[in-house]
Order: sequence, then C-alpha cells, then structure tokens
Amino acid sequence: MSDSKNFLLGVFDDEDVLLKAVGKIRGAGVKIHEVYSPFPVHGLDEELGYKRSRLPIAAFMFGALGTTLALVMQIWMLGVDWPMIIGGKNFIALPDFVPVTFELTVLLAAFGMVGTFLVASDLKPWKDPKMLDLRITDDKHVMAIDLGKNAGLQEAQINALLKDSGAVEVNNKNVEE
Amino acid sequence: MQVTSSVRKPLITGGKTVHDVTEDICRQVEAKPSKLWGMAFGISVVTLLIGFVAVATTLWEGIGMWGLNKTVGWAWDITNFVWWVGIGHAGTLISAILLLFRQKWRMSINRAAEAMTIFAVICAAQFPILHMGRPWLGAYWALPLPNTFGSLWVNFNSPLLWDVFAISTYFSVSLVFWFLGLVPDFATIRDRATGIRKKIYGALSLGWDGAAKTWSRYESVSLILAGLATPLVLSVHTIVSFDFATSVIPGWHTTIFPPYFVAGAIFSGFAMVLTLMLVTRAVFKLQDYITIEHIEMMNIVIIVTGSIVGIAYITEFFIAWYSGVPAEQYAFYNRMQGPYWWAYWSMMTCNVISPQLFWFKKIRTSIAATFILSIIVNIGMWFERFVIIVTSLHRDFLPSSWAMFYPTIYDVGVYVFTFGLFFTAFFLFAKFFPVINMAEVKSIIKSSSEKTA
Repeated sequence: MSDSKNFLLGVFDDEDVLLKAVGKIRGAGVKIHEVYSPFPVHGLDEELGYKRSRLPIAAFMFGALGTTLALVMQIWMLGVDWPMIIGGKNFIALPDFVPVTFELTVLLAAFGMVGTFLVASDLKPWKDPKMLDLRITDDKHVMAIDLGKNAGLQEAQINALLKDSGAVEVNNKNVEE
Repeated sequence: MQVTSSVRKPLITGGKTVHDVTEDICRQVEAKPSKLWGMAFGISVVTLLIGFVAVATTLWEGIGMWGLNKTVGWAWDITNFVWWVGIGHAGTLISAILLLFRQKWRMSINRAAEAMTIFAVICAAQFPILHMGRPWLGAYWALPLPNTFGSLWVNFNSPLLWDVFAISTYFSVSLVFWFLGLVPDFATIRDRATGIRKKIYGALSLGWDGAAKTWSRYESVSLILAGLATPLVLSVHTIVSFDFATSVIPGWHTTIFPPYFVAGAIFSGFAMVLTLMLVTRAVFKLQDYITIEHIEMMNIVIIVTGSIVGIAYITEFFIAWYSGVPAEQYAFYNRMQGPYWWAYWSMMTCNVISPQLFWFKKIRTSIAATFILSIIVNIGMWFERFVIIVTSLHRDFLPSSWAMFYPTIYDVGVYVFTFGLFFTAFFLFAKFFPVINMAEVKSIIKSSSEKTA
C-alpha cells in the first residue's frame, strides 16, 4: 500500500518529435519507464529498444494445433469410429477434409494468438488502467520516467532534458501501487 | 519520416487535428440520440417485429409455410442466405486485404464495414438455422457432437458441413478482429466519460492504457489477423459456391463457381458498404473523413468486381454451349428465355450493365448516383442467386416434375425479419460505438491531411 512510484511525465504532441526525443533521452542514460500514445507510432518500439513480439510464433503454434486436431477428428470419426461409404469415396477422403482443416487452423490460430496477446498485455475487462494522463487516449503522447529507477540523476536535469527534446509540458505524478 | 505524395489527394480533409478526430467521432456516441436516429431505429425495430411473426409461424407450423415444393426444394431461403453472406464479405476484405496492401483509405471505412459484415453474417445464419425446422436440435446435425446413435458423426464430405465451419469461423474471427480494433477507441470514450458510462466503456476497453509495448504487440496481432483473415474471406464464398458446384444439377455443376462467387460477394459487399456509409456520412456529418476520394475508390472496386462477374456470366454461357451437353445448354437457354426470363434480365441489367456507368468520373464521384447504383447492384445480386438456384431446379430431369416456385408471405416475412435485424443492429452500433476507427485515423492525420505542408 505504502509503495508509491514517482513519475516525471513528458507530454509530446507530435509523433516525430517524440521519436527523436526517445533516442535523445535514452542516449543521455535516462531509463524510460514507458511511452503512452493515442495511436501506434511506427518505429517507437525500436527506439525504446523493445524486442520484436513473439506473438507470430504463438499464432503458428496454435494454427498447427488446429490443423492437427481437425485432421485427427475427421480421420477418427469417419475413418475409425464409424466408417461409412459416402458417394463411393474412401473412408478417409483427405481432399474432402481440406476445407474443415483449413477453417479450424485459422480459427485456432486467430483465437490462440489474440488470447495470448490479451494475457501477455494484461488486458481484461475488470482492469483499472490507472491512466497517467487522460489526454493519452485523445491526442498527447506521454513519456513516463520513473524517478526511483533513475536515482543517479536529478529531477531538474531530466526535466530540462525533456523540455529540450520537445516536450510541451512536464508534470510530476505519484502513483500508488 | 513520412513520404507524402503530391499526386494523392489528402485522405482526411478540413485541416483536422488529432484532437478534432476525437471530438468529431465521440460526439454522436456522447450526445443524446437525435430524432432522426430515433425514427430510423424505431422503423427497424418495427420491421424486426413484423418479420418475427413470419419466423414464429415458420417455427410453430414448420417450413411447409414456405413456398417450396418437391421440385424446387431450395429457393428463397438459400437465395437470402447467399445474398447476406456475400454482403458480409466487404468488411473483412476492406480491413484485412487492404491492410496487407497498405491502402490507407480503408481507415475511414473499415470499422463500419466490419460491423456490417458481422450483422450480415448473423442475418445469413438465420436461414440455415430456420430451414432446419427444429433448430433446437440443429447442433446435432451441424456439429460433430457425441450422440446416442453410435455416435453417428456428421458427414465431413459434405459442402453443407464445410459451410458450417466456414461461416462460423468467419463470423468469430471477424468479430475478434472488429472488437480488437474497437478496444483503443473504447479507451478514448472511457477517458472522456463519467459514472456508469465510464464503467461500461472501461470494461469494453479491457483496461487499455496506450503503452508503446502494447501498441507494438497490437500492431503485430493486427497484421497476422489480417494475414489469416485474407484467405478466410476468400474461402467462405468458395465453400458457399461448393454447395452448388459439387452437385450434378445443370447450371450448378461448374468449376468457375468459386472465383465467380467470391467476386460477386465483394461486388455486393462494397455496394452495401456504400449504401450504409453514404447515409452514415450525411447523418453524422463525417464528410471530412469519408471523402469523395473514398467513394471513388470503392466505386472502382465495384467496376472491377462487377466486370469479373460479367465475364463469369459470359463464360458460363460459352462453356455450356461449348461442352455440347444438352442438359447444360438447356439450363442456360431456359434462364434467358424460360419462365424466369425477367429474373435473368434483371440480374444482367443490374450487375453487368449498371456498374459500367462508373467508368464515367462524373458518375463515380456523384453521391446520388453512387447511392442509387449501390442499391441496384444489391438488387441485381439477389436476382443472381435466385436465378442460379431456382431456374436450375425448376426444370427437373423428368419433365413431369417441372414446376414453378412461388414465394409465400412467410418467405417474404423471414427476409423482412433479417432486414429488421440488420438495421436494428447497425443503428445500435452507429449510436453507441465509434463509427470510424479513431486510433487509425489519428495515425495518418499528420501524413495525409491538408495541414501538412
């Protein structure tokens, strides 16, 4: 309860200024907690040094699971459990199983990946996002710097750095954990 | 870093700022419903209720209430099913395929088009569900569920079963794609709201905070979903066409069906998007977001797909003649000259001739002309399905079983019901959800609005 974090928030209103600022501030040795934006800013993740998301791998794995399940289901049901002659075809008529296999592959890949994304990003209906600034979802980009993790630097220094790199305002905010 | 071309016109006009986008799109979500909206919504609900009488009668009395007979065992219901599914193709096409092609003009229309897709697929689903007669048992016929007959499993060799999987996958993946796109916009509404509205939009926004890490993941999820949805869109109408193409009925038994149906679906879907967007644009004053440029782009897609459909019609004819199969030749001769000639010629006029008018720039940039032609295209596409289905069936292999199909009031009523359902859902969406994807539009404000020097 008593744990609280002290953030310095640099507010930017232009994505290109923001991108340059991120490089500059990280270059000065300041650790950026996170940058919040109203829309995706291309190249921001690279500037912040984030690794490429591994979600495509998750999608592939879930897709492969879907393919396997679909084939096993169809082959077992029509080939093993209750074989029936339909239109004189083989019991296991693989070309006929293609559409359902394809659909289940897509279904599991899509749901599996989105599910993984929601869990990885901790998105859920009952979550209170504790917005640092309400204008983040409107038109401002906010760079949050955790002062506790930048103990080597003075607040005034970081403040000046933010202003120099184009922040339109700099605010200090305490967040209860 | 953005490269702007002097050739392209700005996608968003009126010198909008990022904040203006928030204001313009949130306005109708936050304001009290307008009188016009109330009237439109009221008419939709009344239509839904009137149509429901036909649905209830069908369920209570059985599908004998429909105009089907021994010869024409598939008619009005499957025509409507294919028609609605076709309409439901534009949304995911716009958001998935146009995303992969980096067509930024999609951003103003994809939200509403996806909503339309979802509602159209719900309407389409009413027909196969109702034609089961006893839909409460339908899950056993349509899904591989364990049962007390063995278990006797569903037939995976049947295109009708493939349809169950295709349509339900398409519906659920489109729904996820649409909802995921809405999440950041719900967060915008949440941060402007108070009280109960804040709670509801807060839950819908899943606690979205706009962190760069989340955006980065979000972008990669969107891209992969688009990659998955693209073959999915193409597969759905392909499989719908298999319902016919894998049979041995003259007029259905053709290999051209899958691409021909997919083109027709995109054609009718874009027409329906135009019909709805032109109205939404005027009612919610979104002229700066959905510009003449957008309308023209969609009309170009309509010319392309409409021409593909026209070529498919001609190819079908040529192949029927060239094959030398008398039954096939008769089926096509009968379409043109038989008792359903009027349906055939309505289809030809509406689908092949009228969209060619869009070659004229004056016509494809005229709102009134686009609106009228978009409705004509959808009338034409309804007739296309009716022609394919009924004219092929009504001349059976035995001339003694030749018959005509006459719809009953219940056939019409169920169709009216789906219209009520569609518009009720669409008006609710238009009032309570942001009709334009704010986050996406904001991302192109700097690079493609008039303000950029």
